[in-house]
Amino acid sequence: MEPKQIEFESILEDYPVRLINFEGPLDLLLHLIKKNEMNVYDIPVSAVTQQYLEYLDMMQEMNLDVAGEFLVMAATLIHIKSRMLLPRPDPTQEDPEEDPRDALVRRLLEHQRFKAAAELLHEKEIQRSAMWTRADGPVAEVVGEAPEPEIEVDLFSLMAAFRQVLERARSRPMVLLPPEQIPIETRIEQLLARLSETEACGFEDLFADVQTRAGMIVTFLALLEMIRLKVVRVFQQANFGPIRVYRRAPPADAPVFAATEGSPE
Amino acid sequence: MSELKAIVEALMFASPEPLTIKTLTKLLATEPKEDIVAAIAALKEEYQRPGGLSMVEIAGGYQIVTRPELHEWVRRLFHERTTQKLSVASLETLAVIAYKQPVTSPEIAEIRGVNTSGVLGTLVERRLVKVVGRKQVVGRPFLYGTTREFLERFGLNDISDLPKVEDMSELLGFDLPATIGETTPQTALPFDGTDEGEAIH
Repeated sequence: MEPKQIEFESILEDYPVRLINFEGPLDLLLHLIKKNEMNVYDIPVSAVTQQYLEYLDMMQEMNLDVAGEFLVMAATLIHIKSRMLLPRPDPTQEDPEEDPRDALVRRLLEHQRFKAAAELLHEKEIQRSAMWTRADGPVAEVVGEAPEPEIEVDLFSLMAAFRQVLERARSRPMVLLPPEQIPIETRIEQLLARLSETEACGFEDLFADVQTRAGMIVTFLALLEMIRLKVVRVFQQANFGPIRVYRRAPPADAPVFAATEGSPE
Repeated sequence: MSELKAIVEALMFASPEPLTIKTLTKLLATEPKEDIVAAIAALKEEYQRPGGLSMVEIAGGYQIVTRPELHEWVRRLFHERTTQKLSVASLETLAVIAYKQPVTSPEIAEIRGVNTSGVLGTLVERRLVKVVGRKQVVGRPFLYGTTREFLERFGLNDISDLPKVEDMSELLGFDLPATIGETTPQTALPFDGTDEGEAIH
């Protein structure tokens, strides 16, 4: 039993290589054309189609999940092959009908171009990696540049950041404390008090003093409420950058969060 | 002047990422911009000397790096690189985006012949590409483009700095469309929009 299994596994290990080589139908086609030293501008469709289908059979036999794209290409090839059989008007005539292979050839060549481009990019990457820069050292952030203008954070980024906070909290040692049950309003007051000391703070700093998940959720909801009431603004430096929370100048003589509904939009 | 040059050099050395002229002028607000530009030019001149360091223009900024020929020695200093390698699929997808941007996911799939949403997600996660807008067609699909991180990683100054694809036809089994006119004049394939000018932009 055991040795057989090993054998089986070793066959399985061959697959990824194939799959990487023929990542898609265009790769397979290019391979067949190159292997047979065919002229890409004059592909013998019949021969290529046959070989292509043989490969598909092989892939199916090996229990590979043949992606839909491969089947679409097979259909395309067969379609071209059948069109090639139809008599075509004299190509020297004005406005000759397009060769049924043209569209495919265009795709093949364009695909090839980008494979070449990828190769060139890779070379660039290697060249670049040979130039070492100073290792980052103890600098947290460079002062001078806001390389991209700060963008106002959308809800999804906020939620993503919040999830990270929760995940990090999970890895913190558990401390059992009586459940903190702060109402959102109280939490808003606390946060505003904190923000009035510092003007702005990092998103994660808001959660520094809460331990429980419930406390974090209350804090997050408080933040959302504060955004809605326009008492704070949140900014992010570039996508995925750190999120910072700024206190807004309170609207003239308006009670800060008296209104829980119908905030001015 | 030489003092300013020294300051600029120090800033470039200390900066963990390429320093743009914009940042430099901001940091050196008291200095006229022309002087800063001149200082950079003088520095560039100086860094032509065969020392261990060179000054390069990357992602629209300036950076002092070790001379690439010394790579093998510098490498010994570190255990290993932390930057993850890109898979072939990632590189190819990245190439399509870099040369065709802005481009939608279906357009990328059409060129590559396979569905690329998974790879695309990885590239976005690694901040090499980002959503730059939506195409005004049915479904309003996202348009993707490359990021500054992309330029930095590949040592490019800007997008026009991308290598020209024609440069490597000999690496391939057969000719690229760029040479189509010469090899098959009789068929004259209607390469509407796929010949180089278009594809490279």
